[in-house]
Amino acid sequence: MLRLQLIAIIRLGIKSLMLHKLRSALTMLGIIFGVCSVIAMLAIGEGASYAAQEAIKKLGSNNILIRSLKPPEAARQQQGGGGPRGMSLKYGLTYADGARLQATIPGVKRVVPSRIIRENVRFGRTEVPCQVIGTLPFFTEVTGVELVRGRFLSDLDERHQNNICVITAGLAQRLFPTEDPLQHSVKVDAFYYRVVGIIRETGKAEQRTQAGKMEGQPLDNNVYIPLSTSRTRFGEVLIRRTAGSFEAEEVQLHQITVQMQDTAAVETADPQIKTLLRRFHDQNDYELIVPLELLREAEATKRRFNIVLGSIAAISLLVGGIGIMNIMLANVTERTREIGVRRALGAKRRDITLQFLVETVVLSIGGGLIGVLVGMLTPVVVSMATDMKTIVTLWSVLVAFGISGAVGIVFGLYPARAAAMLDPIEALRHE
Amino acid sequence: MASLASQPEWMIRTVGLQKTYFLGGENRVHALRGVDMGVRRGDYMAIMGPSGSGKSTMLNLIGCLDRPTGGQYFLGGDDVSQMDDDALSAIRGERIGFIFQSYNLIPQLTVLENIQVPLFYQGHDLGKTLHRCRELANLVGLGDRLDHRPNQLSGGQQQRVAIARSLVNDPLIILADEPTGNLDSKTGAEVLDLIDRLNREGKTIVLVTHDDKVAARAHRVIHMKDGVIDREVINRPPPTPSAS
Ligand SMILES: Nc1ncnc2c1ncn2[C@@H]1O[C@H](COP(=O)(O)OP(=O)(O)OP(=O)(O)O)[C@@H](O)[C@H]1O
Ligand SMILES: [Mg+2]
Repeated sequence: MLRLQLIAIIRLGIKSLMLHKLRSALTMLGIIFGVCSVIAMLAIGEGASYAAQEAIKKLGSNNILIRSLKPPEAARQQQGGGGPRGMSLKYGLTYADGARLQATIPGVKRVVPSRIIRENVRFGRTEVPCQVIGTLPFFTEVTGVELVRGRFLSDLDERHQNNICVITAGLAQRLFPTEDPLQHSVKVDAFYYRVVGIIRETGKAEQRTQAGKMEGQPLDNNVYIPLSTSRTRFGEVLIRRTAGSFEAEEVQLHQITVQMQDTAAVETADPQIKTLLRRFHDQNDYELIVPLELLREAEATKRRFNIVLGSIAAISLLVGGIGIMNIMLANVTERTREIGVRRALGAKRRDITLQFLVETVVLSIGGGLIGVLVGMLTPVVVSMATDMKTIVTLWSVLVAFGISGAVGIVFGLYPARAAAMLDPIEALRHE
Repeated sequence: MASLASQPEWMIRTVGLQKTYFLGGENRVHALRGVDMGVRRGDYMAIMGPSGSGKSTMLNLIGCLDRPTGGQYFLGGDDVSQMDDDALSAIRGERIGFIFQSYNLIPQLTVLENIQVPLFYQGHDLGKTLHRCRELANLVGLGDRLDHRPNQLSGGQQQRVAIARSLVNDPLIILADEPTGNLDSKTGAEVLDLIDRLNREGKTIVLVTHDDKVAARAHRVIHMKDGVIDREVINRPPPTPSAS
């Protein structure tokens, strides 16, 4: 019985709202925008943090990365021309560092040293700038790398300083548009390296193409060779020609990836590694990257981001609610006569309250539903237009929809009460 | 007095009924200054009097739209002068049928839905009472206009819908405040014929008018002046209580 009554009141409310279609639609628009912005903003935020977290995870949450850095003092000296010409600048991680880390830090699973040298790689007439990365065979087990064809570097290659290489899929495509790379050798500097495998860097692929586009030079062009080969072919002193002047640097290792047994070990090892390195480096020529820490920071950033987005969205819903209240107050004034008639025909105060409250809730829930639809569509469009990743979460839809309903009740209550408290005779006499 | 009021033949009985409007400070208007009167079952009473004499005020009190500031009012044996808002609403819905000068149909509803409004607030299942609403629409000659909206009807037709609406709850009494005030004399006469017919079929009617011809249709006319009954004119002998 009561349910029938409620259905009848809802139908009545819709009928009354349909009387002023444009007005009702404009009023709903406030809620539509509010709900839509809540869902869309949270989806974009979620997508951004997801992408960041994935990128960090690909670095390996069990890993600690140590990279060689040119110390700032040395760089300044060199720029000022104070440094003796022809003398090389010596800095960075050493083979000894790698051995010490392996020997002293508890919980270490693997230590993978690598040398990263910027060079050009050539096949036939094609020449492509690339990174020549000298590393050990178990590099693949430490970072996100997927073997596409052939094989990766082996222990034998390392021992014999073989002139072989593994190239990334992107580079393979550029150098060998028509031929099979595994049949050929590529030329770096003066030496030839036989291609034995093709890999894809699963982790950073997205990020890299993105960055590559901006720099106009894809970073996906990597040539992996055995560490021993790198050492003997390139030597310890690396000469870089920039704008006519020489720059000689002596760097043994550019990066050491320390893989720990688990995340707990990462946390204890972090300060130990720092202490150890500080003892053997008298200048600030390395940096520590702890993906686990970055992940935590990313999570904290996401929380802060969500709060900011949530507040903006809440304000827009508030504005929508005020719009609804405004219209409903005008509605009550306009329909004073109707209220008087209904009261004369037996409507109690609570009947009138319910009628106007239902109208407001229908407006806000209707706006909420449309807002949910538009809000779920917007991220899709944004994704297609900007390459940004977006994720619509169920909870954001539920929260947005719930708030729109609550807005209807909160902002509808006052106009509905105002309607109910009208004096029947005054209301009947209203023009 | 109370024993008199509770006599069953009195549908309505007022005892020293007063209504004073307080306009703030010492400003007050005595719209009714002690009205004693009664209406029997099946009666047809007209109220006349100059503008501002308290006719509408009287009708609003009878219709439980307002509460008196003094005296007593018995409706069908119950003292309603002290009831709260919800109880008064219930009484309006169950026992009173209103016909207004300006029809007062609800614009967004169809003829049928307008007739249903009082049923809605009595908690009736509108599906089950559909037949009765159709019958009433036929009675007032609008059976073929059920889906029309008020703005698609003439004034006379609208007033006939209002009459059907006033009957739908089978009220004890029908109150009409200048029901023909907005109508030309021909359509007015049609509406009054309808009201006459309802009275002949047993409905109790109280009607406010400025028109002698309208008043002449009633069994009796009370003339008001400055908030009291000035005189009463009997046109025809009142019907016997058994007539209903
Ligand atoms: N809400 C109100 N506040 C103050 N005074 C009122 C109010 N309603 C009526 N009055 C006063 O009460 C008196 C009686 O008014 P009422 O409306 O009953 O007159 P009426 O006989 O119906 O007049 P008319 O024939 O013009 O309709 C008038 O003096 C009027 O000014
Ligand atoms: Mg009047």
